[in-house]
Amino acid sequence: MKMRGLTLFEKVWNDHIVAGETPATPAVLYVDLHLIHEVTTPQAFALLHERGLPVRRPDLTLATMDHSTPTTPVFSFKDLAVVGESAARQIAQMEKNCKDFGIELLGFESEARGIVHVIGPELGATQPGKTIVCGDSHTSTHGAFGALAFGIGTTEVGHVLATQCLLQRKPRTLSIEVTGQLAEGVCAKDLILAIIGQIGVDGGTGHVLEFRGPAISSMGMEARMTICNMSIEAGARAGMVAPDDTTFEYLHDRPRSPKGSEWDRAVARWRELVSDPEARFDRSVSIDAQSLEPMVTFGTNPGMVVGVNSPVPADDVADPSFRKALEYMRVEPGKPLSANQVDVVFVGSCTNSRLSDLQQAADVLKGHKVAAGVRMLVVPGSVQVKKAAESIGLDRIFIEAGAEWREPGCSMCLGMNGDIVGNGQLCVSTSNRNFEGRQGIGARTILASPMTAAASAVRGRVADPRTIE
Amino acid sequence: MQPVTTIHSRTIVLATRDIDTDQIIPARYLTSTERQGFGKALFHDLRYDKNGDVIADFPLNKPEAAGCEVLVAGNNFGCGSSREHAPWAMLDYGIRAVISTEIADIFRNNALKNGLIPIVVDTDTHAWLLEHPGVEVDIDVRAAKLTITGDREVHFQIDAFARFCLVEGIDQLGFLQKQLEAIQIFEEKRSWKP
Repeated sequence: MKMRGLTLFEKVWNDHIVAGETPATPAVLYVDLHLIHEVTTPQAFALLHERGLPVRRPDLTLATMDHSTPTTPVFSFKDLAVVGESAARQIAQMEKNCKDFGIELLGFESEARGIVHVIGPELGATQPGKTIVCGDSHTSTHGAFGALAFGIGTTEVGHVLATQCLLQRKPRTLSIEVTGQLAEGVCAKDLILAIIGQIGVDGGTGHVLEFRGPAISSMGMEARMTICNMSIEAGARAGMVAPDDTTFEYLHDRPRSPKGSEWDRAVARWRELVSDPEARFDRSVSIDAQSLEPMVTFGTNPGMVVGVNSPVPADDVADPSFRKALEYMRVEPGKPLSANQVDVVFVGSCTNSRLSDLQQAADVLKGHKVAAGVRMLVVPGSVQVKKAAESIGLDRIFIEAGAEWREPGCSMCLGMNGDIVGNGQLCVSTSNRNFEGRQGIGARTILASPMTAAASAVRGRVADPRTIE
Repeated sequence: MQPVTTIHSRTIVLATRDIDTDQIIPARYLTSTERQGFGKALFHDLRYDKNGDVIADFPLNKPEAAGCEVLVAGNNFGCGSSREHAPWAMLDYGIRAVISTEIADIFRNNALKNGLIPIVVDTDTHAWLLEHPGVEVDIDVRAAKLTITGDREVHFQIDAFARFCLVEGIDQLGFLQKQLEAIQIFEEKRSWKP
């Protein structure tokens, strides 16, 4: 009998089943890498303390601090007063928990600190075929390497700390075939926004996405991370890209990548991690990359998206939720977004804070000034990204243009650390969520690529980066 | 965990689609290291204006909402982040079940682990519930049955294992801990090590 082909997801899933699922019980899924941060772990550690349980595999657990940390220079815990007493307590708790349970913490003194989804790949801890979880929905980022990576809640963080396993029902699969190639000035962020616009913010619910096709194959790893990062914004459990030579080249010689003969064995194993030609997906959609233009959101979820030069759509005005979103955003159907004055531009977040993102923003900004009345904040994703950017002079381009160059962290993506957008202000942001109040009470967010964000900073209005000389 | 078997309540309706976890509880309230006390931050920026005054016409603020334990929400409730603070805030406030046509994956998982019942119904039932705030509903978790105004019965899907844990008041960690031997064997027998 001919075996049915397997998808990439099924191969990784099958490789991690400790106990298979039955109608009465979910599968027990083994976790290869557990990333943790300060916001979604304290209650999980408290549970271990209460029950006197150890962390089963501290060696497979990696901690950092990113969400509530300031992006002004911090040299010690004394400096944390700036983010408020409660955040400072949470950060101190993280240090204590890691110490108590023997977990490696990439803290303030570490050269490897940064946003959890930036440092995993950067260290080479993120690898093809691994299962990776974190109490953070953007864990889907790591799927760019052909890992099965997804966000979990705090109770599940406790499960993984105690047992290195999770109880899971097998998700369905959705193939997203991207045909053609992206045009100049159009990048991964524009593509994923277009995909979410096409399938909807709940289009991926219950599914693991696999991004395939020529536009994905020719993308660098950082672009693939941007794509997988926002899989959750389509409601998906995870997003994946099959590993290839681009992946292996990225991982080669990273601090935690396999070395020597282990590297060769790993690559041989990783090469098997592709969907078989006869594999069946539960659903399939396709999108043409060729015809895409830079994309921007106009509403209050990432599926409310249009081309940068298109007017705000008017087709859904009968829907109260649509009207509510437009009222919140203070945009009018039929009018272009460029009619609105921009107050803040944010380049950063686990979606777009890697070196290539900063490079793209700097390329647009070079020789220009941030428009009068616009505050631009550039927040690198990690200490390593910051250093690399500084070594090629990107920091000077940003500073000379009038932008603020900050320390790494999640920052204005979710405004937990004091970096917020003012009430009613309009922010063009390279982050991942334009939800009401996400960047601050009453903040209005337009999601865009680093190039579009930089162009909008120059013009003081939402602008097409292809129009900046 | 306390067993959850039945809920009898009137409904509160939030008809908006895609209510995300940032609306359920804004990120600035996530710095607490406790599980309790998030109820006062529930839907904070929808319940209070910028001066901190109560927004009177927000459904949770209406007098008839007092004591309601069942929320009927627009499609795709709980999308966005993985913060378990969202179901913690709902439970702390007093909401014990949420009814919609779709509930986001991570939110649903988190809800079930805390005794908040996520209920997905068909679009007709949903549309009727949205139009009739304040109706009496009965939820029978064991039978996976929602009864509206005492006579209209709707069955809903709930994972068999999650349901077992809910009605018995068992937390899922205990089940996983019983697998520790199998986990160790798995680790030893793997062809590669992470």
